[in-house]
Amino acid sequence: MALVVPAVAGLIFAIGLGISGMTDPGKVIAFLDVAGAWDPSLAFVMAGAIGVHFVFARRALVRPVTLTGAPIALPTKLGIDGRLLLGSALFGVGWGAAGFCPGPALVSAVGGRGPTALVFLGAMLAGMLLVLRGLGTTRRGPWHGPC
Amino acid sequence: MTLSLPSIVGALLGGALIGISATLMLVFAGRIAGISGILGGVLVPRTGDVGWRVAFLGGLGVGALLLALVAPGTVSASSPSPLWLVVVAGLLVGVGTQLGSGCTSGHGVCGVSRLAPRSLAATAMFMATGAAAAFVTRHLLGLGS
Repeated sequence: MALVVPAVAGLIFAIGLGISGMTDPGKVIAFLDVAGAWDPSLAFVMAGAIGVHFVFARRALVRPVTLTGAPIALPTKLGIDGRLLLGSALFGVGWGAAGFCPGPALVSAVGGRGPTALVFLGAMLAGMLLVLRGLGTTRRGPWHGPC
Repeated sequence: MTLSLPSIVGALLGGALIGISATLMLVFAGRIAGISGILGGVLVPRTGDVGWRVAFLGGLGVGALLLALVAPGTVSASSPSPLWLVVVAGLLVGVGTQLGSGCTSGHGVCGVSRLAPRSLAATAMFMATGAAAAFVTRHLLGLGS
């Protein structure tokens, strides 16, 4: 049972990414490239996702336990630091350059044709390992990483 | 500017599904639906903290295969950028999301929904540098279409 919810959530997440257009790197770049043939439609993905999650997260976090009474693992870091800003800046550059972010990269690597998404995924995993094995030797808190 | 009604409806619908997924994870599993964080915890696993991550990624993979079967046009898997840039971009996304503790899902959807200051700052940052990178690669360097 503990694994059913994450599995179903993962499936819904992938379908959501596919329907929304997030798995189309050309569309992602057209969204970020405001000086080109700007396609703002992906802003509605954020609107839809945040619109739904904002309402439920607000209610859920009044008492931060799950419906079964287990604690909700929220990020333990609270301050805005250089590591957060530098990391997010680098992530954005990669996202805008190729049009893939981690979720869509995974979905496209598994479900798409052609090697591009697989190549991106390989490089992305290498980059993640570089930080996790190299720089990030200390793991922070009971719950790892992001968000 | 290009903006069509079907793409707005698709974006809203798909976004809502992502919001539902994130809500399921929060309310039933007590976890944040952040892809880069979930992946990071699989790459460097810790005892007792791997199963739910693998389950989520497995579900994501099944969803990807379903998309490929039912709506193959939604998973094009190509990028307008040349392959060398795709490699560089992949490295940057990998390094950046682990340094910055999150990506579009963890910070952009989950964190922003909780109005978490770290996620609001991260999202503002990656949207800005994403727009800058798109501008530089398309218009200054003339890469991609």
